[in-house]
Amino acid sequence: MSFLEYAPAPESRAILSLRDSYGLFIDGEFVDGHGTPFQTSSPATEERIATIANANAADVDIAVAAARRAYDRTWSRMSGRDRGKYLFRIARLVQERARELAVAESLDNGKPIKESRDVDVPLVAAWFFYYAGWADKLDHAGLGANPRSLGVAAQVIPWNFPLLMLSWKIAPALAAGNTVVLKPAETTPLTALLFAEILQQADLPPGVVNIITGAGDTGAALVAHEGVDKVAFTGSTAVGRAIAKQVAGTQKKVTLELGGKAANIVFDDAPIDQAIEGIVNGIFFNQGHVCCAGSRLLVQESIHDEVVERLKSRLSTLRLGDPLDKNTDIGAINSAEQLERINELSDAGVDEGAERWSAPCEIPENGFWYAPTIFTNVQTSNRIAREEIFGPVLSVLTFRTPAEAIAKANNTPYGLSAGIWTDKGSRILAVADQLRAGVVWANTFNRFDPSSPFGGYKESGYGREGGRHGLAAYLAPSSAVSAGRAGAQRRLETGESTSAEPDTAAERPARPTRTRTTRAAKKGAAK
Amino acid sequence: MSRLAVPKTYKLYIGGAFPRSESGRTYEVVSASGAFLANAAKASRKDARDAVVAARGAVAGWAGATAYNRGQVLYRIAELLEGRRAQFVAEIEDAEGATRAQASAQVDEAIDRWVWYAGWADKFAQVAGNANPVAGPYFNISVPEPTGVVAIVAPQDSSLVGLVSAVAPALVAGNAVVVVASERFPLSAISLAEVLATSDVPKGVVNVLTGSPAEIAPWLASHADVNALDLVGAGELDWVDLEFAAADTLKRVLRPEQGPDAAAPTLDRITAFTETKTVWHTKSLK
Repeated sequence: MSFLEYAPAPESRAILSLRDSYGLFIDGEFVDGHGTPFQTSSPATEERIATIANANAADVDIAVAAARRAYDRTWSRMSGRDRGKYLFRIARLVQERARELAVAESLDNGKPIKESRDVDVPLVAAWFFYYAGWADKLDHAGLGANPRSLGVAAQVIPWNFPLLMLSWKIAPALAAGNTVVLKPAETTPLTALLFAEILQQADLPPGVVNIITGAGDTGAALVAHEGVDKVAFTGSTAVGRAIAKQVAGTQKKVTLELGGKAANIVFDDAPIDQAIEGIVNGIFFNQGHVCCAGSRLLVQESIHDEVVERLKSRLSTLRLGDPLDKNTDIGAINSAEQLERINELSDAGVDEGAERWSAPCEIPENGFWYAPTIFTNVQTSNRIAREEIFGPVLSVLTFRTPAEAIAKANNTPYGLSAGIWTDKGSRILAVADQLRAGVVWANTFNRFDPSSPFGGYKESGYGREGGRHGLAAYLAPSSAVSAGRAGAQRRLETGESTSAEPDTAAERPARPTRTRTTRAAKKGAAK
Repeated sequence: MSRLAVPKTYKLYIGGAFPRSESGRTYEVVSASGAFLANAAKASRKDARDAVVAARGAVAGWAGATAYNRGQVLYRIAELLEGRRAQFVAEIEDAEGATRAQASAQVDEAIDRWVWYAGWADKFAQVAGNANPVAGPYFNISVPEPTGVVAIVAPQDSSLVGLVSAVAPALVAGNAVVVVASERFPLSAISLAEVLATSDVPKGVVNVLTGSPAEIAPWLASHADVNALDLVGAGELDWVDLEFAAADTLKRVLRPEQGPDAAAPTLDRITAFTETKTVWHTKSLK
């Protein structure tokens, strides 16, 4: 046995007591769906885990109606203090059941237990804890006094961080006073349903959070539903576009957190050991199923060979296999479909002339797997340098000057994240200024925190999650405050006629933040 | 003998220059009582594209200027507008059929809004940004940055104040603008461009198109090099189609507003055309 070989150290599944089938969680109860149930299975073994109800359009109606009732009768009338206490309760329950949630997540998603246990689930608890404290402090959210909630939020989340994305969506929505209908991804519904049990334990009023399971058509029906006031989506840019079209002309407020093709820029004076670990974490964390993954390595030409050699050597020590094994670094690809996409793009890389190197690791017989892979000799025009692969595949490009690094980093329709590695602080700040990306990590990568806003530029979407900005995405200014209208006042006083009656304007879909009462207009100077 | 007046030729404002429409088209602008005022340029798709190219070229310099500098440049617009107050009052009286008092009030308000927004240039980042207390040894800060190129359909019911109210906030953060002026009241928009051209605003930062918003706006809404679309004055157009077209490149979209409060001064109008960037940096004594 070499030093790289370990005895198996699987986390016990005994902590889980799963049901054989799960219904939709609507109005505080699990109910049958009207669609054809589907199975969720482990991507590591392809074994069935449970049967999951499938929500059709009728179920979406029922869930949205439940959320609306809960909003009108309970949640929007509850004090911020009490809303906050429910969220604190939820945070504590997540901590209490943390191991169980981590095991369920790794089972259903395929990610290594060390990640679900040490990253995903602790962040879930942190997210609820952070936003719990906001619930009775909304006056300080940056929208002026007495901001108002939006109503019913439709939330559709992806399969890469199932429970974490749930927390990013639900925690700020509830803190701000909205109610929720959330649809988890088709391949990873399990932890959302365990979370529904936690909501029952927390005694959250029925209908405040509704969780409906299903595939893309369920999500589309939810987003399109007329009873929805807010849409929050995390997923592909293609679906994000479709949602933006869907809500055009409505009053729905939208946040979209979409794809990325992040540049991770390594200068020749970078702390090389940390940089290698950061590059590995940047693209091989969670099998590369990360929208902000550092999938384009931009390395200064003079250190290219050294970085690539050290990367290969490091990747050769990564352990691929059973997600529940505590020593596993690389888990399973989430689905056959995703594996096919990775293979397709990876083959395109070879076809276009890039050189492929994969870590020598044993691939298990069952399940979906992809060995950590590096492409060198990549051209900026190659598909593997332009398209989001969403897998453990790194494209290596080079640069000579900081200006060239910045130009290449920004040469993408995406703009979610970026990394900078150098020992020179002034260069970090100057480069960070120039990068068109919503999150920039300097001498680190893939860090997340509930107090820290996250979201994209350009086609990586709009709106922010996390921090005060993430809270504001679920609020609108109060009617009285939003209209500090000196100009309108003066125009009214001088008797200037206007073509539109203020109140008729409200009939046209407009931003909910705008109000047009003359009383408000007389409140004085713009705030 | 009364002196024969010298009328002005009103053209477009693109990249700091005043070209005619490449299409050679003009349309007749008349006063409230129907009298001929001028032939305004009727901008084409090509003009709109040229304007986007000019705006894109201007973003880096304008966004890269210091906030203090941007504030002073915006304030200087107010100074120059004040100096040409009589010209704008007369134009608005003619075009809108407004009384002297109404026209004066509109010009005053436009000037004051430039001043109000000028003052925001070196402050909004402090109000809209954050230091984030993350749970780890990291310096973590969020700052608003300009979105890039903003295309605007200006309010259609006024000559000056609506235009200023839409353009000024987009400039505060460092965006470059392509604005389609009021179709009925386009002349003050071009006179404002003359103010901009002589007030230290770098060329290309503001580009003014006159003509038919219904014709030009779709090309701006679908243009891949436009980052944001302000439909404040598009209420009478098929604006849902414009928002739909903008979705193809995930543009940030502000929906139409109408009535006396349309585009009223708010911090929201500044932050609507910003992107929040969060920077993480490790902390260590080593």
